Amino acid sequence: MTVIKPYLRLSGLEPLIVRPETNFINVGERTNVTGSKMFARLIREGQYEAALAVARQQVENGAQVIDVNMDDALLDGVQAMTTFLNLVQSEPDIAKIPIMIDSSKFEIIEAGIKCVQGKCIVNSISMKEGEAKFIEQAFICKSYGASVIVMAFDEVGQADTKTRKVEICKRAYKILTEQVGYAPQDIIFDPNIFAIATGIEEHNNYAVDFIEATREIKQAMPLTKVSGGVSNVSFSFRGNEHVREAIHSVFLFHAIKAGMDMGIVNAGQLVVYDEIEPALRALCEDVILNRNNDNNETTEKMIAFAETVKAKGKEIIKDESWRKQAVEKRLSHALVNGITDYIDADTEEARQKYPQPLDVIEGPLMDGMNIVGDLFGSGKMFLPQVVKSARVMKKAVAVLTPYIEQEKEDRKNAHIAAGTVNEETAGAAKILLATVKGDVHDIGKNIVGVVLGCNGYDIIDLGVMVSTDKILETAVKEKVDIIGLSGLITPSLDEMVHVAHEMKRRGITLPLMIGGATTSRMHTAVKIAPQYDEGVVHVLDASRSVTVAGSLLSKEQKPAFLQNIKAEYDQLIVDFGNKKSTKQYLRFEEAQKNVIAIDWENYKPVAPTFTGTKVLDNYPLAEIAEYIDWQPFFIAWEMHGKFPAILTDPVIGIEATRLYNDAKKLLQQIIDEKWLTAKGVAGFWPANKVDHDTIDVDNQSEVIKLQFLRQQIKKTAGQPNLSLADFIAPAEQSYQDHIGAFSVTIQGIEKHIKKFEAALDDYNKIILQALADRLAEAFAELLHKKTRTQYWGYVSEEQLTNEQLIKEEYLGIRPAPGYPACPDHTEKYKLFELLGGEEATGIHLTESLAMYPAASVCGWYFANPQSKYFGVGKIEKDQLDDYARRKGMNIDEATRWLRPILE
Amino acid sequence: MKTLQDCLKDRILIIDGAMGTMIQRHKLEEKDYRGERFKDWHTDVKGNNDLLSITQPQIIEAIHKQYLEAGADIIETNTFSSTFIAQADYDMQSLAYEMNVASATCARHAADEYTAGNPDKPRFVAGAIGPLNKTLSLSPDVNNPGYRAVTFDEVATAYTEQIKGLVEGGVDIILIETIFDTLNAKAAIYATKNYFRAAGIPELPIMISGTITDASGRTLSGQTLEAFYVSVMHANPISIGLNCALGASEMRPHIEELSQIAGCFTSAYPNAGLPNAFGEYDEQPHETAHIIEEWAKEGFVNIVGGCCGTTPDHIKHIADEVSKFKPRELPVVEIELVD
Repeated sequence: MTVIKPYLRLSGLEPLIVRPETNFINVGERTNVTGSKMFARLIREGQYEAALAVARQQVENGAQVIDVNMDDALLDGVQAMTTFLNLVQSEPDIAKIPIMIDSSKFEIIEAGIKCVQGKCIVNSISMKEGEAKFIEQAFICKSYGASVIVMAFDEVGQADTKTRKVEICKRAYKILTEQVGYAPQDIIFDPNIFAIATGIEEHNNYAVDFIEATREIKQAMPLTKVSGGVSNVSFSFRGNEHVREAIHSVFLFHAIKAGMDMGIVNAGQLVVYDEIEPALRALCEDVILNRNNDNNETTEKMIAFAETVKAKGKEIIKDESWRKQAVEKRLSHALVNGITDYIDADTEEARQKYPQPLDVIEGPLMDGMNIVGDLFGSGKMFLPQVVKSARVMKKAVAVLTPYIEQEKEDRKNAHIAAGTVNEETAGAAKILLATVKGDVHDIGKNIVGVVLGCNGYDIIDLGVMVSTDKILETAVKEKVDIIGLSGLITPSLDEMVHVAHEMKRRGITLPLMIGGATTSRMHTAVKIAPQYDEGVVHVLDASRSVTVAGSLLSKEQKPAFLQNIKAEYDQLIVDFGNKKSTKQYLRFEEAQKNVIAIDWENYKPVAPTFTGTKVLDNYPLAEIAEYIDWQPFFIAWEMHGKFPAILTDPVIGIEATRLYNDAKKLLQQIIDEKWLTAKGVAGFWPANKVDHDTIDVDNQSEVIKLQFLRQQIKKTAGQPNLSLADFIAPAEQSYQDHIGAFSVTIQGIEKHIKKFEAALDDYNKIILQALADRLAEAFAELLHKKTRTQYWGYVSEEQLTNEQLIKEEYLGIRPAPGYPACPDHTEKYKLFELLGGEEATGIHLTESLAMYPAASVCGWYFANPQSKYFGVGKIEKDQLDDYARRKGMNIDEATRWLRPILE
Repeated sequence: MKTLQDCLKDRILIIDGAMGTMIQRHKLEEKDYRGERFKDWHTDVKGNNDLLSITQPQIIEAIHKQYLEAGADIIETNTFSSTFIAQADYDMQSLAYEMNVASATCARHAADEYTAGNPDKPRFVAGAIGPLNKTLSLSPDVNNPGYRAVTFDEVATAYTEQIKGLVEGGVDIILIETIFDTLNAKAAIYATKNYFRAAGIPELPIMISGTITDASGRTLSGQTLEAFYVSVMHANPISIGLNCALGASEMRPHIEELSQIAGCFTSAYPNAGLPNAFGEYDEQPHETAHIIEEWAKEGFVNIVGGCCGTTPDHIKHIADEVSKFKPRELPVVEIELVD
């Protein structure tokens, strides 16, 4: 009689049946934009033919499944996945094998499955967002007929120990087989391969944890499969393929014995276990199995060994042999690797070797910086490394500057003596950078300055809160080639429009670059570009600034470049116009009637433990530091990804870890040596809703009226049009409701910034600025927690992890004036008045209502359990009129402040 | 009353033959297709066979009865092209749902009449879901291989509407047939699963029937038979099989292979041989029946019948020949690893 065995069955154009005797299945990893820079570039540039060749090569090299991943912030993942997989279907030599659709975004996975006729593998789903989501996604995968990889990830986080890995996999198995109806053989577990030998002791056992978890999973659930991303394990040896291949091979040797069925590998790049040189193999064994590894002993040995091995085909050699090379090579090496140790001596040596000091800059130093620029441009270096390179460059230039000045002086004197005209040749192109008037934020601008500086431009940085006059006068006086404007808060958008307008009025013809967190391509196209005809370009991030500046300064490229930008912006203006008409808005009175349903009759408000304000001066930084959300810190460095996963990211993990370690070190120093001071104030007052969008706050002698804005877009049935005013009880209730407010700031940064600037150390300067921002945010988080549990005390017990805090899983909210729920910055005046003015914390409000120091945070406190964060979105003229009336502002002024939310 | 499952364990079941071939015999003209209701329709509709379930239901019902009379246990609804995608050829997209209800009703009437006549031989109505004239795995533009004339979601939506019409018209089985692009079939499976789940009614049995287009042994979209089966297994079908494109003798090796790998019942309903130079099928009923008889003897099949070019006469011969053999036994499907 025929017997059908419970094997995992997959298919492309041909079937792949995974039998017990089937060898380890190689899943090709190169068609993954997060793992392969080349593939990412090909997809970004739309070179799908070449991208198909990458897939084909994987198949030729023995991949039995190919993993396709399009998770890149710069890509439309759904579209890229669809296009690529549709093309794969037309290539029988690729389409013959099954596809593994890999994304952390489920919509990309779904888009992928819809293109593939064969039975694919979904990589991956997990319980990280809870069971309900997991079940729903599993049902969807099942209805498409896909096998699923379940990552050992639950609500608590990604499993790193054996116990957690096994426990999560068992739980997922039970749900999938009992509730979703998945056949056990269609379930593949990924119990997380993490990097070992990172120098962090907790990481040493990661390979053992994976291997042992695999063994137990396969024993408990024998029909399931185990898979994993193999190259993760070795990525602290990135750049050293020889060592990495050996580690992979030894790792797989043990993992496969324990039951691992398949793995994402660079097919064709696995060395044979037996052919690994014995010394290396023994080290790999120890480091993978975490043997003889007290105090990182084995790890250290492995690192030492790795450094003796020349990385095949890589220009970076991790030893001191570079010191034996010619001085030019040494300078270049120091620049690329960010090493300052020998830079003064090497520069001096080069100065003596070259006829003129300027030749050193224009020769070897610029050559080195060009390599840095190329590596950065091609994604082989990351921002923190570039900033370190810039530090080396600045130090070298500092050595040369006195000689250059002396030569200039000599030439001038010679000209005077000879009676001739001094014609100094023009140097590098000059770029003026400024944060506009009213805005104090400059981390992003500083980074742009460093990156452009690295690419050979002469940067004139006017700092923060720079008036239009000063920007334009300097531009003319210094004969700059490009003006770059930056800003973070919404009123800065208007200020930029103003600068553009003034540039036209004054007949300036320089191109204008726009950047910063609130700026956008859309705003630039619709609002700024029409003001000025000589070229306005929105620049998304520092890495783009180089190519944009290059195009703007090239005589050949500039006209076509600007023409393309103009065409693109004109289209955006059209799109914007079209989009406008499609949205439906309620009349304001109707929106005011559609309030959130809160049962005020039965509401039992908790009174705060005090009314008035409480000042926290010199609050311990160490305690604040525990509340830091690190993710935005990495974003400031243009390193995108979730924290802490970013530390082990296969592409940027090493650099992210390095940056993290440097930041932690500096943070410790800040705390130990008391570089910064934390000041905060919180206050609570009786408050009632007295009109649809108005709250009366009782501040002892006087009543302060807070005015709020309301969502006006037409909502689906049952969805309210929210206004913060709705979260405070109406005056007619018998009880008394309250509102709170706070502001926090981190002071004392200037002195240390100056110190780093003097040391030409942009790297630590930017880390310091970013840390100050993080500390301010962390302080706000800490103070909110104290408010919830202690000062206001509306939550008696609260046990939230830092992660839950970051996800805003707490009760009550702390929205800030100028941000989406209450977008009018001018309400900040009232907030500061209630909190005792600028004296309370020393925060100063600029004319654009930015807070100085930049590392400051303020907001309202709402305690109602139904209160939540939202965005007001766009509002209509009728609400604007009403708001202006309530605020006692004339329409022009109200329009100016609310422009970002007006259609 | 015996269920489809019971009957399949008892004996080899007979599925009917070609609908188109039988309609041709009526030599219908444009005005017949139009009927009274569409006498002023703005495009020609001759050839839109599925429309006849609305305009000439008595003809369709009569054809069903001829096949039932010949011994068919399962008759297929006249809905091969009743989706809004396929009906776009006649600008009759909006009638797709109605066509499915009407066709299912015709078949239901006919089947119920015969079941009432002999309750020991219950007759079943299979709602026929065809492959569409647009495919999800192939580009119609040779210069642009990544292009698709239709999306998965559009196809799933079209099939969902068809399934709703068929189910509401009273079919017993969902039959996804003549599959030359597996991705279209996956969209139909997806639509079926989601339709029943959303409607909150028990799922009807699903029959799946692919098409091997030529001697390569692959589907038009390039899959081998086993790859095709693996790709649609998740439908958990009551049967998997082959139909169309090939005559019985060309189909034999494939149905043999399928009988080895399928965990469910198997079906096969080939064309009446390969078409001649005039595009006509001229394999005679006893010839077709003779080949299929051998499949039954070998234990390859559970459901047999005919596709293009076959007639009630073919079905009668096939039914007579296979009645003396036991159906293929279902394989043992193991749920744990045993050595």
